[in-house]
Amino acid sequence: MADPLAALETYAHLAAASIRSRAQYRLSFALDFVGTFVSALTDFVAILVLFSHLPVLGGWTLPEVSLLYGVAGISFALTDMLVGHLDGFGELIRTGTFDVLLVRPHGSLFQVVASELAIRRLGKLSQAAAVLLYAVANAPVAWSAPKVALLLLTLGTGTAIYAGIWVAGAAIAFWTTEIREVANAFTYGGSYLASYPINLFGVWLRRFLAFVVPAAFVAYYPCVVILGKPDPVAGLPWLGLLAPVVALATLAAGRLVWQLGVRHYRSTGS
Amino acid sequence: MRAYWELAVSGYRRYATYRGATLAGAFTNSVFGLMRGYVLLAIVAGRPRVGGYDAADTLTYVWLVQGLLMVAYLWGWNDLALRIISGDVVVDLGRPVDLQGAWLAADLGRAAYHTIFRGLPPVMLAELLFRLDLPTDPLLWLAFAVSVALAAVVSFSARFLVNLCAFWLLDYRGILSMSSLIGTFLSGSVVPLPFLPGGVRAVVEVLPFSAMLQLPIDVLLGKHRGLDLAGALLFQLTWALALLGLGRLVLAAGVRRLVVQGG
Repeated sequence: MADPLAALETYAHLAAASIRSRAQYRLSFALDFVGTFVSALTDFVAILVLFSHLPVLGGWTLPEVSLLYGVAGISFALTDMLVGHLDGFGELIRTGTFDVLLVRPHGSLFQVVASELAIRRLGKLSQAAAVLLYAVANAPVAWSAPKVALLLLTLGTGTAIYAGIWVAGAAIAFWTTEIREVANAFTYGGSYLASYPINLFGVWLRRFLAFVVPAAFVAYYPCVVILGKPDPVAGLPWLGLLAPVVALATLAAGRLVWQLGVRHYRSTGS
Repeated sequence: MRAYWELAVSGYRRYATYRGATLAGAFTNSVFGLMRGYVLLAIVAGRPRVGGYDAADTLTYVWLVQGLLMVAYLWGWNDLALRIISGDVVVDLGRPVDLQGAWLAADLGRAAYHTIFRGLPPVMLAELLFRLDLPTDPLLWLAFAVSVALAAVVSFSARFLVNLCAFWLLDYRGILSMSSLIGTFLSGSVVPLPFLPGGVRAVVEVLPFSAMLQLPIDVLLGKHRGLDLAGALLFQLTWALALLGLGRLVLAAGVRRLVVQGG
């Protein structure tokens, strides 16, 4: 994968093919779209139910939590579209078809990622985007160019953080395909957690999630900066500015776990 | 009867084979239990009761949800739909056991496995970490056991019904995922149904989804006593029978229009 432009072109071809194949089943695509929209909606309805019982959650108002939810939701939906199909990656290992990928002139991770672009997740994406618009309009923020830029950058870094976690989780399959579900605790768990103010969680749980699995950098810390809120967790309200560094580190970690996995891979059979 | 028992045992064994997967699933349930517990406790903290739940009830609810999620099995069961799509269902129809009964038996075997091995670990962990407020009355535990069994039947009969849509739709996945999403919320696995606003709660509580998760949990929390408890179990039984009956009707309709290719 020496030439990034060529890789991008290959990716565009494969992504277009994936979209065309999904578009063959229109009703199914429509249902999937509505399905992911409704699924995302139930998560947000849960937040609304909580706020029907109290005005602030962990010191955060509804528009503020909506900002967390919107940022975390969009990042997660983008990640799910780009790499969500890694959930089924264990099948390539189990059946030994991963061998084929190793002899092609692209990196194996690139090929697995490029094999699908899950546009059915657009439902989740649009729901989260709607919540984000509501939050942007109602949160007590004086929107300026730097703040808008930070918000957009956060969507990118959030997606990268989730992607790094997802790749590392999927790479578990190189060692064992049976305990794959452990990864769900970090991917889907991370997505749940990032939608809430992390000061709600117990001390060691939030430390683990802030600094080991850096889900707190998906939305919480950048939103603390955007909203100008104090940070009761680490007392470092500027920590969100480090999100790009954390994102790169998480991606690198995911890639490293994958490479270790490939090295460990011995194919199936005798 | 013997055949159904064997099917139930095989349903149990099918899942018991994958110990690593069970462990991984229980781990994930526990992580979610921790997170959801903290969020919901923020609601009840500093107030006496929400929808009849105090803090202890809420914490117990959160962990029982994690323990019973795999019994309710709201996501991803498409075994029957796959056999309909592939045409293999013809072979199943030719067998000397009732199709619905056979799937029910296998699914109850699965549910028994998941009750023990996916249900106990998270609840025991929470008991160690937080000292859950679990009842000591053996009769309440007995009622809970009955309620969980009925919940498993209601859940199965709903999934059976939804899977049958594969007779009419070539690509059934959208319907399946949508129904499990709706079920996830309406069963009470996201927020306790008593936390919903009064009018919505009244409607949601008569739907079959509440019989899959919320109801057995409320039984163990002692929210139903005496005649009310009998009524709750009867409610579950009614939905179980209604959905099973509906499933038979739809199956018959599906079989009538079934055409299988081949020589």
